[in-house]
Amino acid sequence: MLDQSQRQGLTLPWKAGDNMMAGNGSDAYQDKGRRFRDAAMPHLDDVYTLARYLLHDAADADDAVQECYLRALRYFDTFRGTEIKPWLFAILRNVCRGEFARRSRTTLAMDDTTDDAEAAAPLWQEEQASPEAEILHQRDAETIRRLVAELPQPFRETIVLREINDLSYREIADVVGIPVGTVMSRLARARSLLRKAWVSEEKT
Amino acid sequence: MTCNEAEILLHALLDGELDAGNAYQVETHVENCPRCAPQLRAYRELQQAMPIAQLHFTAPMSLRRRIEQALPAAAPPRASSRRSVLKGFVMGTALSTAMAASLVVAVFRTDQDQRVLGDVVSAHVRSLQGDHLTDVRTSDQHTVKPWFNGKVDIAPPVVDLTVQGFTLLGGRLDYIDGQAVASIVYRRRTHVINLFVTQGPPSETREARLQTLQGFNIQRWAARSLEFFAISDLNAEELREFVDKFEAELHPAAHT
Repeated sequence: MLDQSQRQGLTLPWKAGDNMMAGNGSDAYQDKGRRFRDAAMPHLDDVYTLARYLLHDAADADDAVQECYLRALRYFDTFRGTEIKPWLFAILRNVCRGEFARRSRTTLAMDDTTDDAEAAAPLWQEEQASPEAEILHQRDAETIRRLVAELPQPFRETIVLREINDLSYREIADVVGIPVGTVMSRLARARSLLRKAWVSEEKT
Repeated sequence: MTCNEAEILLHALLDGELDAGNAYQVETHVENCPRCAPQLRAYRELQQAMPIAQLHFTAPMSLRRRIEQALPAAAPPRASSRRSVLKGFVMGTALSTAMAASLVVAVFRTDQDQRVLGDVVSAHVRSLQGDHLTDVRTSDQHTVKPWFNGKVDIAPPVVDLTVQGFTLLGGRLDYIDGQAVASIVYRRRTHVINLFVTQGPPSETREARLQTLQGFNIQRWAARSLEFFAISDLNAEELREFVDKFEAELHPAAHT
């Protein structure tokens, strides 16, 4: 959670943007707004979903998504790709890592320090509890959301982008700024951790 | 292929990320490997057990509105006209005050109209995302109409226009301007039409008028104390045709 002064601090740049808009009512600017709206607004729920998994606090997610959309509008002229969704995700991710890692107490693990843990124990050295013996039972969505939310950041981010936001490996690599090979190993680890958590959830 | 490689690549296999050659190699290894085969099964099971649709979140309406308002189409002329209204107050004479007061009503009404239309567009776009176009899914008007009983404060008219080229898909509950409204959903070819019905001005009939917002055509009219918004990406002519056919079906006499 952000306190009130932090929240106000966050909104200030947008206010500045509003003033800039008021002084620039040209047709081209309105047209840019319309094109941006048509392209970006249909993905609002997807961007919001990612924000909810990256930041645990719902109010922080709101603020991050709004900041993401305003930044995206500002830089819309520089968007050259065909798929706007990964581009929005990349902006959101930067917002979450920048503003919110600094400001929010709940998201201190946003940096990649957990990469050390990732490097420390290669996947194949882990003891594999013969998975076929463990049967996954259907769990309610609330439980799965929590299990995903409890994964360490790099793995959580990768599995959310892949499974929930349906991005390809290439797109994930671009959003996160890592090689495709790393996407694959993180995803393997993420699924391994999630499966273990899922199974042990059933035992309790 | 070694187990270490297969252990990573079997995920790419599950995600359909491998070309035919690599997929074949991984499949061959996994099939004949007592260590990797159960893993592939386990992760396939995990993937299938994930209730993906339910893991999505829906952005709150307040957030959607905040962002909409920050986008440029929040037309600057309106802001300046409101400012001139305030100037009118400062002038101080009774006449200018009265004039300004009427202007205030007009300006606020425009604001209100814009917000309602914005809500209509948002509700329409939202209905097209995900899997929530209809709450009650049937082409039978006699099923759709009673479904709204007790869910909204009005009895929305539901007519089947399939013969006229507009297929009835069903009904849905939605929110516009803070009120629960009925949405009757039609389809023309691949275009979805949401017909929102809300409480309208009592005994006032307003002719259908076309407005365009964010690329969507909206026909808005009032009749029988109800207000109607028909919104679609359908072209203006066919949306007008929809309105005419809808009204004609309700009141055959008036249109013959």
